[in-house]
Amino acid sequence: MAGILLPLLPLAGLLAAALLWAAGAGWLGAVTPVAASFSPGPTVDALLQLLQGRDLWEHVALSLQRVAVGLVIALLLGIPLGVLTGLSPLFSRTTTPLFQFARMISPLSWMPIAVMVLGVGDAPVYFLLAFAAVWPILLNTAAGVAQLDPNWLLLARSLSATRRETLLRVILPGITAHILTGVRLAIGIIWIVLVPAEMLGVSAGLGYFILDARDRLAYSDLMAAILVIGFLGYLLDHAARSLHRRWLHA
Amino acid sequence: MNRPLAEAAVIRCAGQTPAVLEACGLSYAHAGIGTIFEGVSLAVRRREIVALLGSSGCGKSTLLRVLAGLEQPATGSVSFLGEPLASPHPRSALVFQQPSLLPWLKLADNVGFGLDFAHQPRAGKEALQGRVAAAIEAVGLKGREAAYPAQLSGGMAQRAALARALAREPELLFADEPFSALDAITRAEMQDLLVDVVHRWHSAVLLVTHDIDEAILVADRILLMGGRPGHLAQEWTVDIPRPREDHPEAVTALRLSILGALRHASL
Repeated sequence: MAGILLPLLPLAGLLAAALLWAAGAGWLGAVTPVAASFSPGPTVDALLQLLQGRDLWEHVALSLQRVAVGLVIALLLGIPLGVLTGLSPLFSRTTTPLFQFARMISPLSWMPIAVMVLGVGDAPVYFLLAFAAVWPILLNTAAGVAQLDPNWLLLARSLSATRRETLLRVILPGITAHILTGVRLAIGIIWIVLVPAEMLGVSAGLGYFILDARDRLAYSDLMAAILVIGFLGYLLDHAARSLHRRWLHA
Repeated sequence: MNRPLAEAAVIRCAGQTPAVLEACGLSYAHAGIGTIFEGVSLAVRRREIVALLGSSGCGKSTLLRVLAGLEQPATGSVSFLGEPLASPHPRSALVFQQPSLLPWLKLADNVGFGLDFAHQPRAGKEALQGRVAAAIEAVGLKGREAAYPAQLSGGMAQRAALARALAREPELLFADEPFSALDAITRAEMQDLLVDVVHRWHSAVLLVTHDIDEAILVADRILLMGGRPGHLAQEWTVDIPRPREDHPEAVTALRLSILGALRHASL
């Protein structure tokens, strides 16, 4: 019995949330009539409309492209710095307080300065996303290097492995699982930072779409966009997780 | 106790018997810790299983690394098949306490890991595949070639680690407490398996262990190491017929002899 019901539990959770949403919108609608437009019914209607059109897809594509660019920049910076941090105690000692300090600054607080320095357009968004994503990648890479099984390195030495063989056949594959953990965390952060980052200085993307819907007083569209953001974020996290699992074959 | 052995070692150092591994007057010091062991001379003959028995922290693992060519001794020399050893010899292989399989490789690729490295002897692809297949079959993992380490139990993973060593067709297998992380039943199976496969592979073994029973059940010769800094204190030749479980009196007598040596030497 429990075995049959168990896979249904996540659905039950979502259904309960939808019921609460309907009840809340209904209750709020009695006070503020505009609330009726973001209750489940109109939202689903708006969502179906948006999915049939081209606009939403273009915003989604642009946002995902920004996620990819931000992630690639973060990887290019984070992996070498992480390897260096993991290998060199001196470098680690020098940079750890700095990194911990910089990590705790909300990337969004850089936004006005980023726009001023990098100009209006994609550049400040890339900067904010990369700045948000680099820390989990860097820290996980460093942890991966520190946690390499010393016996793997001993094994490589017992095989008289060259430096190149040790790096390519042991160290890099050995830290890939940690890098992928970093990527998963980074995607989560990027996705959260993306929407507010797209609210300034750009004219497309999901963050822009949210503000645009507000300005158009299209609250059903706004709620629909929120659903899309949640769903895409879920898919991204799921993809990152399965990548990690596939690598470890667990 | 020490004296006769030291004299025997001197004789052995100059001896004519063909040995896979010979070490003379080894000492090793670690910066900050001091001398780990000193005055160690030993030989491992072809196809011989030698147990290096000692308590935790007596320096036996460090000695194994020096003998394997992974660390350089402060004094003394190691020779492998009659040649001075400066770096790990291609005809030696290592097994650790942990299987230390590479989790991103299938079992067959783990067993064959490194056989294609630049400093390994050249061999054809088919010959290498044959060695891998034979090693996997010998440890009873045939059919699991495509499994990943995360899908193997602890005992199976240690079998795979043993296969990885066998695939190198080692003249000498260095094993550093290879079974001490396993449960008692699996350990007994693995001890039997080790003796079986090294006999079939015509390999010698240097087995580092802190388990007196393991040394008695597995080894042809037992070297007792102890003291600070560590040194070889006593040696026993084990000529009890296998399976040794069938000879409880002889095993018990040897066990008592080893325990007595431990007490008298206050290692």
